[in-house]
Amino acid sequence: MDFDPLLLSRIQFGFTVAFHILFPAFTIGLASWLVVLEARWLFSKRERFRTLYRFWVKVFAVSFGLGVVSGVVMSYQFGTNWSAFSDMAGNIVGPLMGYEVLTAFFLEASFLGIMLFGWKKVGNRLHFLATSMVALGTLISAFWILSANSWMQTPSTFEMVDGRAVPTDWLAAIFNPSFPYRFAHMVMAAYLTTAFAVAGMSAWMLLRDPANRGARTSLSMALWFAVIFSPVQILLGDLQGLNVRDYQPVKLAAMEGHWQNEPGEGVPLVLFGWPDEEAERNLWSVEIPNLSSVIITHSWDGQFPALTEFPEENRPPVAIVFWSFRIMVLIGFLMLGLGLWSLYLRWRKRLYRSRTFLYATFAMLPSGFVAVLTGWITAEVGRQPWVVYGLMRTSEAVSPVSGEGVAFSLALFVVVYAIIFGAGTYYLFKLLAQGPEDTGPDEGSPPFETRRPKRPLSRSEDRLEEPGPAE
Amino acid sequence: MVEMAAGYEGLTFWLPLIWSALIAFAVAMYVIMDGFDLGVGILFDAPQEEAWRDKMMLSVAPIWDGNETWLVLGGGGLLAVFPLAYALLLPALYLPLIVMLIALVFRGVAFEFRFKAVKHKGVWNRSFHYGSLVATFAQGMVLGAFVQGFAVEGRSFAGGMFDWLTPFSILTGACLVAGYGLLGACWLVMKTEGALEAWARHWAQRFLVAVIVGMAAVSLWVPFLSPEIADRWFSFPNIVMLLPVPALTAVVALALFRTLRTGRTGTPFALTIVLFLLGYLGLAISLFPYLVPPDVTIWEAAAHSSSQMFALVGFIVVIPIILGYTAYTYWVFRGKVAEDLAEEGYH
Repeated sequence: MDFDPLLLSRIQFGFTVAFHILFPAFTIGLASWLVVLEARWLFSKRERFRTLYRFWVKVFAVSFGLGVVSGVVMSYQFGTNWSAFSDMAGNIVGPLMGYEVLTAFFLEASFLGIMLFGWKKVGNRLHFLATSMVALGTLISAFWILSANSWMQTPSTFEMVDGRAVPTDWLAAIFNPSFPYRFAHMVMAAYLTTAFAVAGMSAWMLLRDPANRGARTSLSMALWFAVIFSPVQILLGDLQGLNVRDYQPVKLAAMEGHWQNEPGEGVPLVLFGWPDEEAERNLWSVEIPNLSSVIITHSWDGQFPALTEFPEENRPPVAIVFWSFRIMVLIGFLMLGLGLWSLYLRWRKRLYRSRTFLYATFAMLPSGFVAVLTGWITAEVGRQPWVVYGLMRTSEAVSPVSGEGVAFSLALFVVVYAIIFGAGTYYLFKLLAQGPEDTGPDEGSPPFETRRPKRPLSRSEDRLEEPGPAE
Repeated sequence: MVEMAAGYEGLTFWLPLIWSALIAFAVAMYVIMDGFDLGVGILFDAPQEEAWRDKMMLSVAPIWDGNETWLVLGGGGLLAVFPLAYALLLPALYLPLIVMLIALVFRGVAFEFRFKAVKHKGVWNRSFHYGSLVATFAQGMVLGAFVQGFAVEGRSFAGGMFDWLTPFSILTGACLVAGYGLLGACWLVMKTEGALEAWARHWAQRFLVAVIVGMAAVSLWVPFLSPEIADRWFSFPNIVMLLPVPALTAVVALALFRTLRTGRTGTPFALTIVLFLLGYLGLAISLFPYLVPPDVTIWEAAAHSSSQMFALVGFIVVIPIILGYTAYTYWVFRGKVAEDLAEEGYH
């Protein structure tokens, strides 16, 4: 059997980065959610907020741990598998990622210890500071990695010296043309992912125990966020789409399944269909006339470049981009719909009692993750065949490693990630099954140091499984 | 050295020199800081009592993540300021690095999962132990392969997938296991009390013997790897100027033996760090200024001055802040690790 290091490296990078992004997408939002909970506790001293903090911080710790270990892998793969890319683009992408380590990773990692283990040692204020620093770290991390990735999408302000990209203006390289839109879109995506995961997990707890007060508070807060920000995200997505129109027209054509411009006619919006790359048209397509023109050019019969206007070797795989984009957009509107539904139920005072709604909310638990993945697939597959848009092809970027070696490492990653993902999900649902402690009616609570817990928080009681024979 | 830097002047001469010192600093930070928590993992299989394992893990749980971040800085920093070295070394070390990363995955998740498990606690005990052991051995082999050197053609690695695997790299792998084991045991001497502390002292002495034997073996072997290295150490007057390095190493090792027996709790850990730094210095003397031995120097591998300067500003401004809050974290969790850390913590 012949192993192709290029194909296998692409699969390996796609697999490991897709696995990795699930956790930052969740922990960016969860860290900020914990800041909100702790702030509300500090200001109101209402016990339920600290109880919720102590519950969700466990969920955070599991997710953050998985994000860290899968993230360390990523920082080495640029070299192990994409050394030609590293040599060509390292002068620009390297310092951007270096700044991520310096300004974000250390901040998160150091204050995480205090956040998880140091509450009694440092007191309330410093503990709140630690939580805030971790949350800030997750956002700074998103800033730099989105900047580096956006430079690969819309490379700017560089000159080629001996075949390597050398920066000419750092500020312009950081704030490259697509960066502000993609950063805003991703951070909002992370927040919505968290909102729907928290809402979904809370709905699951409420379905099991309708009286769970902590789950009610969490569900309500998460849904308020969803109501307010899913329309904002749709707007940000539209702005990002316009940026793609200006800087990566062939990607936009693939997203829209737009093969041909007819003289004088507007471009229809293809709702569904199957892009056939051989025939250069869509099969079985359902279209709304002129809607693409309206969305993209903001005029009734405006035109934008079609796929056939680009040489075949410069087009991305159309069907993947076309479909992943549609799944992402569909989820965006489902999020909006669930948010509106929750408003209606709030008005009818049935938010916590409608089982249909709770099942629907639980079903939406993974929606943010799916949207993040399909969104990134749209962005990254849509950039193909380039690794740095217009500058270096993915096929030129691969390391001089053997196909057998990459096949071995890919198999290892698949097996190991399946194990830790399985274990992580298992322990996460064990945590949810335990749920936040019920603190009873809301009263002011004594300060942390003197508080007597209703039940001692001994480790054995906090354990998630019934004691059994050690194996 | 002067002839190797020929043609590099001003910034293109000084920046790579400064950066090689800073990368060396980051790697040293990693080796010492993650070294002791990997060492705790190496020892994790040895105690009979589960309660000891709880304490051992709690002694590093609040800080391990920050320690491992220095590894990311080492990798990311190399890409930022010596992209050619990153592009040559990582494919050359493909398999040991992948194995190290996977092992670190098992080590890292064990911190979370072990405290949440009862029925499967044994699985995560082993995940922590073998994760630490394999990651350390792989790092040691990477070090050995680095000293041996790499086949390079033009701007890419030109060797095979198994070039790193030699008797020498197996020796350095074993040495690093002993070294991290020593760091971990001395960390436990400092952080624990009573029977566990006495047990850690006992293990520290065993590891120390292995480390001394290992350092001697590597020191005798390295000069035979290349005549250039032999010449650097054994020619006159170098031999006189460099003699303090092995001499000091011997003195520190002796002092370490004494403090492990006399009951001091912090000194063994401090002396082990000195021992590591001396070994590190010895390697630096052997290899400088090559970043991808035996051909590519720090000047040849350097990023454009603009990139090195941009990254340098960040490093100089941010690293003191990082060291500040890292020190603060260690200070918060100072002293003997208490049982209540688990109870007051989030677990």
